Amino acid sequence: MTAETVRLSGVTKRYGKAEAVRDVSFALPAGQCAALVGHNGAGKTTLIKLMLGLIRPSAGGIRVLGEDPAAGAFAARRRLGYLPENVSFDAALTGRETLAFYARLKREPVAKVAALLDRVGLGAAAARRVGTYSKGMRQRLGLAQALLGEPRVLLLDEPTTGLDPEVRQSFYGIIEELRGRGATVLLSSHALTELEDRAERVVIMNRGVLVADGSLGELRRLARLPVRLRVTSGNGTFAGAPPDWLGPVEGWRRLDDGRAAEIACAGEAKMAVLRRLAEAGPGRVSDLDVVPPTLDELYAHFLRSQEAPAP
Amino acid sequence: MRNVLVAAAREVRAGLRNRWVLATTLLLAALALTLSFLGSAPTGTVGVGALDVVVVSLSSLTIFLVPLIALLISHDAIVGEMERGTMLLLLSYPVARWQVLLGKFLGHLAILAFATVLGYGAAAAALFATGAAAPAESWAAFAAMVGSSVLLGAVFVALGYLVSALARDRGTAAGVSIGLWLLLVLIYDMALLGLLVLDQGRIIGGGALDALLLLNPTDVYRLFNLTGFANVSLFSGMAGLSASATLSPPLLLAALAAWVLVPLAAAAAAFSRREL
Repeated sequence: MTAETVRLSGVTKRYGKAEAVRDVSFALPAGQCAALVGHNGAGKTTLIKLMLGLIRPSAGGIRVLGEDPAAGAFAARRRLGYLPENVSFDAALTGRETLAFYARLKREPVAKVAALLDRVGLGAAAARRVGTYSKGMRQRLGLAQALLGEPRVLLLDEPTTGLDPEVRQSFYGIIEELRGRGATVLLSSHALTELEDRAERVVIMNRGVLVADGSLGELRRLARLPVRLRVTSGNGTFAGAPPDWLGPVEGWRRLDDGRAAEIACAGEAKMAVLRRLAEAGPGRVSDLDVVPPTLDELYAHFLRSQEAPAP
Repeated sequence: MRNVLVAAAREVRAGLRNRWVLATTLLLAALALTLSFLGSAPTGTVGVGALDVVVVSLSSLTIFLVPLIALLISHDAIVGEMERGTMLLLLSYPVARWQVLLGKFLGHLAILAFATVLGYGAAAAALFATGAAAPAESWAAFAAMVGSSVLLGAVFVALGYLVSALARDRGTAAGVSIGLWLLLVLIYDMALLGLLVLDQGRIIGGGALDALLLLNPTDVYRLFNLTGFANVSLFSGMAGLSASATLSPPLLLAALAAWVLVPLAAAAAAFSRREL
């Protein structure tokens, strides 16, 4: 088993003069859940289409499960699951027929279809025409077809749009299970807060260029974004400026009429500030929350740093 | 090959579910029955030769209707699936684009063949039931008419795919298909007739006329059915033409087959180059 399932090296894709993706390189190992983040038009969908071999790169190379996906060999595609953004199906066929059709194309036993439909919660609706399905149900059918054939690589484009929270939980449950069995999962999404606890790896795209790639922890260190500490005053007031006992901090903001405050400090200074807060005693500080920079903030930071000229 | 059959089976199933098959079969059967009973009237008697008249009237019906039906089911095949987003998912599967196209073709052809054979067969069965005995040669002409009608349908399914593979959106594909139907079914013959009248045989000789007729699949179909069998050409008013015809039935069939294969190959080429 190769440790690496997907590798992009120096991939560029041009449509006419417009560059959809420019010089993107990254590799995904087996058993990793990675998030592909970027706003609309950042090149996420283009990257996924390139990995599927639906379009050919203008420059650079792509290997998926050891094959060039656009070469026309289909061995890798049988072990690949794809859920497109806004998935749609032939409205005239039933859920079961639709899934059976895709199973046949993947050379999977059609008998597995019923179990798969049950797994995504469509068992009761299997005999209904897809045209009568709600958006969430179509999305679940889309997920079911992506799961056909025990995929080694799952490419999911905006997978949770239109799913209600309960289905969303079961969806991430299924993803986690596949990942545990060694599948590579690449999620592209806008819902960053949702990806935060799921993705071990984040790839940030902006205007076709890869701007950041790493685990959330690595990105936090790279971004050097301040950590925020939310403290509640023990005696009921944090009046005016930061108190002297706190020492130097990057930011200080009064909250809740002075009953609480938000302190911003650099990641390296965090422990020193925490120690001082602890030593300040219950009279001064009665409660404390540490808020690390969110994925949203990291994303915004990396976009800003790319817009600004390199230092 | 298995992928082609899987894709064809899906197309047939969707056609059955959409009532496409039902509607086409009923339409063809109703028109065929009407024509075969009204069409016998001009001969005065119903009896010997009735089947030959039916062949003439049904082949005229086919020229108008079958291309229209074929274009209706085929013009949407590629561009429609792309717009609805189903093509993107389908092509991410281990299936080649030509397999998708060929599968659709076989599926659509099966639908058309089913409707034609059943619809026209109903007319033949009705004639047979009313006791109109016909010589074996007339039955042969009838069978050839049904078979070539399916072939004509295949021509227009292939042409519809070519339009669908090249068109930017579904509206364009529909418009171009209607234009194509008007051109090949109505305008071409009128223009050709006008040209011949104007020319008075000075420039356009027999060879050039044959070539011009081969350039339109509906004319090839017409020639095949109306001049191919002596007993039929008598009723079609083309006995004179058939006597001087230099285009033999096998050649005409080959021309129809070429009219299927060339557009289909062009559609496959256009489809494989298309960016998703």
